[in-house]
Amino acid sequence: MRFQLAALSLRRHASRTLLAVLGVAVSAAMLLDMVMLATGMRQSFASLLGRNGFTIRVSPRGTLPFDTEATIGQARDAAVAIERIAGVTAVAPVLGTTIHVLGAANPVTAFALGVDPAVQGDYQLLQGQHPTANTLVASDALLHATGASVGDTLDVAVGFDPQLRTYTGRRRVVVSGRARFTYLSADDRAAALQLASVQAMGGADRTDRVSLFMVRTAPNVDPEAARVAIERALPRVTALSTAGAVAEAEHRLSYFRQLAFILGAVSLIVGFLLVTTIVTVSVNERIGEIAIMRAIGVSRAHVVHQIVIEGIGLSLAGAASGLILGVFTAKWLNSILRGFPGLPDAIDFFLFEPNSAFRALALLVASGIAAGIYPAWRAASLPISGTLREEAVG
Amino acid sequence: MSGQPLLVVRDAHRDYPRSGEPVHAVRGVSLDVAQGEYVAIVGPSGCGKSTLLNLLGAIDRPTSGSVSIGGSAVSTLPDKAATRFRLTHIGFVFQRFYLLPVLTAQENVELPMAEAKVPLAERRDRARELLGYVGLEARADHRPAELSGGEQQRVAIARALANRPIVLLADEPTGELDARTGSDVIALFDRLNRDGMTIIVVTHDEKLAGAARRVIHMLDGRVIRDEPLLRRA
Repeated sequence: MRFQLAALSLRRHASRTLLAVLGVAVSAAMLLDMVMLATGMRQSFASLLGRNGFTIRVSPRGTLPFDTEATIGQARDAAVAIERIAGVTAVAPVLGTTIHVLGAANPVTAFALGVDPAVQGDYQLLQGQHPTANTLVASDALLHATGASVGDTLDVAVGFDPQLRTYTGRRRVVVSGRARFTYLSADDRAAALQLASVQAMGGADRTDRVSLFMVRTAPNVDPEAARVAIERALPRVTALSTAGAVAEAEHRLSYFRQLAFILGAVSLIVGFLLVTTIVTVSVNERIGEIAIMRAIGVSRAHVVHQIVIEGIGLSLAGAASGLILGVFTAKWLNSILRGFPGLPDAIDFFLFEPNSAFRALALLVASGIAAGIYPAWRAASLPISGTLREEAVG
Repeated sequence: MSGQPLLVVRDAHRDYPRSGEPVHAVRGVSLDVAQGEYVAIVGPSGCGKSTLLNLLGAIDRPTSGSVSIGGSAVSTLPDKAATRFRLTHIGFVFQRFYLLPVLTAQENVELPMAEAKVPLAERRDRARELLGYVGLEARADHRPAELSGGEQQRVAIARALANRPIVLLADEPTGELDARTGSDVIALFDRLNRDGMTIIVVTHDEKLAGAARRVIHMLDGRVIRDEPLLRRA
C-alpha cells in the first residue's frame, strides 16, 4: 500500500508534481549532455582514427601528422623498413600539399593528398575510379568550386612561388571520381592523386618524400609494441599509436571534460535539491496525516519508505523525461558545433553511450533516493502526541 | 466495573519542558478500566485529558508511573513495539477525523489492516463489513472530500475497528460535528459498547459523556472525581 500511497500523494498536487518532474528532467538532460560531451569527442576521435584498421601514424620526428610541413625523406626505404616489422600488415604513404586549379579567372586552391590507392585510408570513393597517373578524385566542395564534374579535365599546379609567379609542377588531370575525405570536413576543397604524381609535381624537394605513413597492424599484435619497433628502426620519425593519439587529444580536450564534469555535478546537485524541496514541502503539508498514520500503528519504516518512494518516483520520471530531452538537445547542439569550419565530418561532440548515459541517470535516481531521506527522516521522527496537539490547535 | 482491569494506570505523570520550566500535564493519575467499560474523561481545556488519552494509547510515554493494557506494560515498550501494539490492540478516533484524503473510505479502513499484513481479500471483506456496521457501505468508494463530517467520522471509527482492537480511544469525536451527526456518532459508540467494545472518550460534549457508563473528571492534570453512571435500560 506504500507504493499506492506514494503515487497518490504525488498525484494529489498533479501540477506541482509535473513541474518538479520537468525541473528534474531539465537537470537530467543537462547531466546526460555533459556526460555525452565528456565522452563524445574522445570516442568519435578514436573511432575516426581507427577507421580502415590503421593503428599507427608515422610522422617526421617531433611532429604530429600534418602539424608542420616537414616530410620524411627516403620514403621508399622507410616504407620497406616499416613493412619488415613484425605484425605490420600494410603501410600507406601520404604526402600532403596545396594544389591550385587553374583556368578560371581566380585559381581555386585546395588541399591534396598523394596516396597509394591500393592501401590508402584517407577517402571513400563515392563515384568513379581511384586516381591513376593523370587523374584525381575530388571532394564535392572542390568540384563545386571549380564547376567540374567526373570526367572533366583540370589544369592543376603545385608549388606556387609568389615572387616568380611560377609553379614547380603543372599538369592536366582528369577527374576520375568523387570522394568523401575521412579526416576533412565536407566543406574542405580536397583532392587525392597518386603519390608519385604529387611527388613529381613538387619537384626535387618532394622526391621520395612523404608527410606520414599510416600503418595497419595485425589484430593480434599490440600496436604499442609495433610503434616502439618503428621508432627503433627509424630514429628520424615519431610513431603515434591510435591509443596515444587519443590520449594526446584527451589531454588537449581536458578543458571540455572539466567543464562537462562541473556542469554535470551542478545539474546533479540542482536535481537533488529540487527533489528534496518538493518532497519536504509535501511532507510539511501532510504532517497531521503522517502523525495520525503513526498514531494508528503505521510504522516508521512505512512512512520512510513511502516518502523515499515519492522521491524516487520524481527522480525516475524526471530521468526518463530527461533522457529523451537530453538526446534531442545533444543532437541539436551537435549539429551546431559540427558546423565549425575545418572539423572532420566524423567528429561528434555528443555521443550517446548507453552505459555512460544510464550510469549518469542511475546517479540521478540515487540522488533522488538521498533527496527523500531527509524529509522521510523528519516525518518518521515526528513526536506523535506533540504534532497532534499542534494540529488540533492549528 | 464489570470485570478484571483491562487497562491499568498507576501514578502516571507527564511533564513537558517549556522555556526551561516543565508543564505538568498529568499529575499522578491512577485508574483501572475493565473490559467492556464505556468511560468518558471530562474536564476543562488544558486539564490533561488528551495527554492522558495519549498515554493510554501508547502514543506518548509517562514521565513517571506506568500504563499497562491487557497485561502489557505499554509505557515501557520501545517505539517499534509500541507502534505494533497500537496497530493491533488499540483503535483511535480523533476530533478532526484525519482520513487520508487520497484514499477512498474503503481504502482508509483497509490501511491499518494492510499495515498488519492482513491478506487483500480478507481486508476487503472486513472493510466492507465495517463500513456496513457504521452505515456507509454505499459510500465505500467515495473519498473523504465527498463525505460529510459525520460520515467521515464514521469511516474513522470503522478504521479504528479494523484490526479488532481491545480498546477504542476517542479524543473529542463529536467536537467537529453538528448536533444531529454528533448524535449518530454517540449512538454508534453506544452500539459498539453494547457489542462488547471497551471505549474511552475524552470529551466536552455532555451528551457524549452522558452516554458513557463512567465519567472521570479531571482538573489540572489530576483525577478529581471518578463516578459510575446508572446503567441505562
